[in-house]
Amino acid sequence: MTDPVIEGIELELLLQALQQRYGYDFRQYARASLLRRLRALAESSGKLRLSELIPLVLHEPAFLDQLINGISVSVTEPFRDPRTLRAIMDKAVPWLGSHPFLKIWIAGCSTGEEIYSLAILLEEAGLLARTQIYATDINTESMRKAKTGVYNLEAVKNAEDNYRLAGGRKQLSDYYVAQYRRAKFAARLFERVVVSQHNLATDAVFGAMQLILCRNVLIYFNRELQERAVDLFAESLVHRGYLALGLRESLRTLPTGLRFEEVDGASKLFRLR
Amino acid sequence: MRPSFSGSVEAVVIGGSAGSVELLLKVLPRLPADFQPAVLVCIHAAANTTQGLVELLAERTELPVSEAEDKQLIAPGHIHLAPGGYHLLVERDRSLSLSLDPPVLHARPSIDVLFESAADCYQNQLVSLLLTGASADGARGSLRVRQQGGRVLVQEPTSAAVATMPQALLALLQPDAILHPDEMAPLLTRLGSSLVHSVPP
Repeated sequence: MTDPVIEGIELELLLQALQQRYGYDFRQYARASLLRRLRALAESSGKLRLSELIPLVLHEPAFLDQLINGISVSVTEPFRDPRTLRAIMDKAVPWLGSHPFLKIWIAGCSTGEEIYSLAILLEEAGLLARTQIYATDINTESMRKAKTGVYNLEAVKNAEDNYRLAGGRKQLSDYYVAQYRRAKFAARLFERVVVSQHNLATDAVFGAMQLILCRNVLIYFNRELQERAVDLFAESLVHRGYLALGLRESLRTLPTGLRFEEVDGASKLFRLR
Repeated sequence: MRPSFSGSVEAVVIGGSAGSVELLLKVLPRLPADFQPAVLVCIHAAANTTQGLVELLAERTELPVSEAEDKQLIAPGHIHLAPGGYHLLVERDRSLSLSLDPPVLHARPSIDVLFESAADCYQNQLVSLLLTGASADGARGSLRVRQQGGRVLVQEPTSAAVATMPQALLALLQPDAILHPDEMAPLLTRLGSSLVHSVPP
């Protein structure tokens, strides 16, 4: 059992090596869950200590993807937390629809379920054809999966209720083809989507958006990085643009949160002042 | 080697599953209003079901109770409950973090996740209590509490609604005390008071 103080030093050194070698900066991630993930990664790599990962970071380029994908792994589902999607459809869509062309950023798109969920709702609102969705993540493996649009059939079927709670007006099954135990979403839903790698810890503003969704990403950051990310969102939105966060995320404790007003507190929908 | 128990207890972590809500409603109300340690509770619960338990507890306890919020500072004498559907973790700066990492032993919140992160933070100033439940969650976390010098308490299995959880702990380590429900609040109260160093292990 490693002493927590010594393990803390190992963690610092590992993150520093990663930052200096590749520019990936996890030094401002919330420590406790980052530590859990790195311990699991060390264990699965047959290493006893975090410091034993440092040589791999420095000298084994192939290890990078494994590391990044291991510490930014995420689990999600279609139409997760439908009340936020519902709030977007009810409260933001009238304003969104007043624009001839729409730009939406899904920051932290993970394996893509949220992209398809939003695209479906935008299509039903008659907005998808004039929308460009920018979906970003730092996890290349998740991004690859997002582009395929193929998910576990059971998980997609289970989302039928949430689809309706989010304001969906048809059947979710209208939007995918089931084959074996997989569901593949209709390709047209993805025509207006661009997936690219973006790192909220280090990368810059992502041009004039009307709406940004960043759900369940900020909980992995410490307060300073949360501040940076929310600032980045404020700078990436057009005047009066909307921001949707995860249900357990808050702008209340962040100074930069004052740049936003609450549209629907319980649904975590905010708007640039 | 076990680090020695220094005396003051800064936090108590409690975990449980099947049958533990009823037990918590008996134990937590018996903690005194001047109970000093923070109380962090992880009960296996689905998303959006914890608020009801918060309300039930708030009616019955002298201590303030709330669902844990991300980045919230841990307050002495405050009962923080892990929200259903999220892992609850303790950061070294004594704030709380939530995470949506995959379930551990099919559970989110996971007792192991809470106990292990609390053990790393509080080390020998932590007391853990594992209650009734139908899984092995909490056993590994309790071991970590022990390894970092904290005190490990567990419900006496025959008094548990479901004995699997305390039995999993007992299979992994010898706890500092095996408790009947009636003994829990008095021992926590003693451990939480400043007279703690006179209490033998």
